[in-house]
Amino acid sequence: MSATGTVAGREAAGTPDSMNTGGPSADTAAPVLRRHRRGRMVAAGLVAAVVALFLAGVLLGSYLVSLPDFFRLLAGAQIPGASFIVMENRLPRAVVGIMTGIAFGLAGSIFQTMLRNPLASPDIIGISYGASAGAVAAMVLFGAAGFAVSAAAMAGALLVALLIYVLSHRHAGPSNAASSRLILTGIGCAAILQALVSYLLTRADVRTAQAALVWLNGSLNSSNWDRAAVLAACLLVLLPAAAALSRSLRGLEMGDDAAAGLGVTVAPARLGLVTVAVLLAAAATAAAGPVAFVAFLSAPIARRLLRGRASLAVSALVGAVIVLAADFAAATVLPQFLTNGTALPVGVVTGALGAPFLLWLLVSANRVGRGG
Amino acid sequence: MKAAVSAQERSVPTAGSPTAGSRAPGRDLPAAKPRRLAAGTLLVMTVLLAACLASLAFGARPVGIGALLEAFTAFDPANGDHAVVHSRIPRTVTGLLAGAALGLAGAAMQGVARNPLADPGILGVNAGASLAVVTGIYAFGITQLSGYIWLAFLGAAAAAAVVYTIASLGREGATPVKLALAGAALSAGLGSLLHAVLVTSRDTLESFRFWQVGSLSGRDWDAVGQVLPFLLAGLLVTGCTGRLLNNLALGDDAARGLGQQVALSRAVSALGIVVLCGSATALAGPIAFVGLVIPHVVRAFTGPDYRRILPLSALLAPALLLGADTLGRVIALPGEVQAGIMTAAVGAPVFIWLVRSRKAAGL
Repeated sequence: MSATGTVAGREAAGTPDSMNTGGPSADTAAPVLRRHRRGRMVAAGLVAAVVALFLAGVLLGSYLVSLPDFFRLLAGAQIPGASFIVMENRLPRAVVGIMTGIAFGLAGSIFQTMLRNPLASPDIIGISYGASAGAVAAMVLFGAAGFAVSAAAMAGALLVALLIYVLSHRHAGPSNAASSRLILTGIGCAAILQALVSYLLTRADVRTAQAALVWLNGSLNSSNWDRAAVLAACLLVLLPAAAALSRSLRGLEMGDDAAAGLGVTVAPARLGLVTVAVLLAAAATAAAGPVAFVAFLSAPIARRLLRGRASLAVSALVGAVIVLAADFAAATVLPQFLTNGTALPVGVVTGALGAPFLLWLLVSANRVGRGG
Repeated sequence: MKAAVSAQERSVPTAGSPTAGSRAPGRDLPAAKPRRLAAGTLLVMTVLLAACLASLAFGARPVGIGALLEAFTAFDPANGDHAVVHSRIPRTVTGLLAGAALGLAGAAMQGVARNPLADPGILGVNAGASLAVVTGIYAFGITQLSGYIWLAFLGAAAAAAVVYTIASLGREGATPVKLALAGAALSAGLGSLLHAVLVTSRDTLESFRFWQVGSLSGRDWDAVGQVLPFLLAGLLVTGCTGRLLNNLALGDDAARGLGQQVALSRAVSALGIVVLCGSATALAGPIAFVGLVIPHVVRAFTGPDYRRILPLSALLAPALLLGADTLGRVIALPGEVQAGIMTAAVGAPVFIWLVRSRKAAGL
C-alpha cells in the first residue's frame, strides 16, 4: 500500500497476470519479466502453503492419521475410527475451508480494486451483515438449521446487495462519487442490520442465541459434503466469470475515464463485477458464516507479496491460506492451551488477527491519501 | 479541503449583508428568519412535551390523561394507574437525559468533524463501549448497571479517539468517507473480539445481549444519579461551543484568521462530545442514529448557526428517543422493542437519504 507500490501496480496493470493463461511475450521489458517470475514464485509458494495446511488439518489433531493411511482412505479403504474422522469430519472441513477462502479472497479483491479503496470489502460495506441478518432471522424466528440457514444467508446477502446497489445508484453526477456513495450506503445498511441482529438475539432462547453467535463468527465446525458440493458448484460458475472480468477490473482500477479509454464499457463491467463479487461472498458466507476479515485482508496481503501488483488469483490463494491456517489454530492448536478442548470458531482467530492489521492498514492508507 | 470549501459556501452571508471580515467572529452567519426560528422552537418544545406525556401514559397498561395529571397533583398510592405513572418517571427522565446528550453530541460532532454524517453509532464509539462492557462482564463479573457506566465511558472515549486520529491522518483531513470507513472498520474489528468473548461464555452473553440493543427500561434513580454530574458537565461544555463550531465551519485557515486557537477549540469540543456519548451510552446502552438525524432536522429551522443548532438539538433529540421508546412499548405487546432498535429503524433511512442527496454525495 506504499506510494511506490501503487505506482508499480499501475504500471503493471496493463500486462497479463497469473489469472490469464498466456505467459509474458518475448519483447516484454526486463523488469516486468522479473515481476512475472516473482508472481509465479509467490503463487507456487502459496499453493505449497495451502497443501501443507490442508494436510495438517486433515492428519493432525487429537487423533493422528498417517499420510499412507490418508491415501488408503482416499482410495476407498475402510480403517475403523480413521474412516469417520477423516472422511466425514476433517476432509470436508478442509475442503470447505479452501473454497470459502478462495471465494472470500476473490470477492474482497474485486470490491477493493473496483471501488479503489482498500477498506471497501464486503464485510465492511454491509453484504456480510445481510447474510448474518438472514441467517439469524431464520434460526431465531423459524428454528431453522443446516441447509435452510445457508439458504437464508444467501438470500439475505443478495437482497442487501441489491438494496445497496439500487439505493446508491444515480444516473447524474460524477462517477467517482458513485464509489463513495456505494460505500456509505453500505455502511448505513450495515448499521440497521446490526440492530436487527441484536434485537433477534434478545428475542431468542440463550442456547439459540449462542448457536447463532457461533454462526455469526464464521465457523467450519458444521462442514459436510453437502455444503462442500453446493459451494463447489457455485465456484465452478463464478471462478471463470471472475477470470473473464479480470481485464475490465484492471481497467476500472485506473479510474472510470481511463477504463473507458482502454475500451472497457464501464457500467456493464461494473455491474458484472459487483454481481460476481456479491455471489462469491454470499456463497462463502452461506457455507461457513461471515468469517471476519478474510475478504478484507486477502487483497492487501497479496499486493504486498507481489510488491504492489494486484492479482485476483494470488488474492484467492491468500484467502485460502488465511482460512486454513486460522481454522487449524482455532480447532487444533488453541483448544489445547486455552479453552479446555472446545474448538473455537475460525472467525475468532481471523478477527483477533485481523483487527490490528486493519488499524495499521487504515493508518498507512490514509497517510498516502488513498483512504477515501 | 473540499469539505472546508463547501462549508464555506454554506455559510457565506446572503446577498446584501456585510462581508465576513467586517464583523466580530461568530457573528457572520446569515440570521435565520426570526419568525421561522420562533415557530421552530415552539414546535420543538411542543413535540418534546407530547413525547414526555406519551412516555408516561402509554405502555403495557395505558393510562388516561386525567389519571396522569392526578398522579402528580393528588398522588394516591392505592391507585394502580398512579403507581404505573410513577414507575415510568425514571424511565422518562433517563430518556430525556440520554436523548439530550445524544442530540447535543451528534450536533457538535458534525461541527467538529465538519462532516454531515458524524454519529456515535457510525463512528464506532458504540462498539468501543460495547467491547469495554463485555470485557467487564466477562473478566470481572460485573452484572450491575452501575458497573457498566465507567466501562462504557472508557470504551467510548478510546474508540472515539482512535477513529478520529486515524481518519484525520493524511492531506485532506477527516473526510466523511474516511471517518465512516474508519468507524465501520473499527466496529467490525471490535465486533469480532466481542464475539470471541461471547462465544466462549454463555453467562456473559446472557447479560450482554440485553444491554447491547440500547434500551431505557429498568433504569432507576441510582443509575441516573451516577451519570448525572458527567452529563451536566458535558452539556454545559458542549452547549457553550456554538461560536467555536461556527468558526471551525469556515475551515481551519479562516478560523485561525479570525483569531481562534483551532487545535484547542477542537480538543475542548471533542472532550465534551466524548463525555456526552459516554454518559448516554452508560445510561441507555449503545443507541445509534439519534445524534445523526436530529441536527439535520433542526437545521431546517435554524440555518447553519451552531449557537442555535446545539440547544434545539438537545431539545428535539429526547423527543425522538422517548417517542421511539414509547412506540417500541406499544407495537409488540406483550413484549417490547427496545428504543435502540426503533431509532435505528427511523435513522438508517435518513442516513441513506443524506448520502443520496447532493450535499453529502459531493464529498
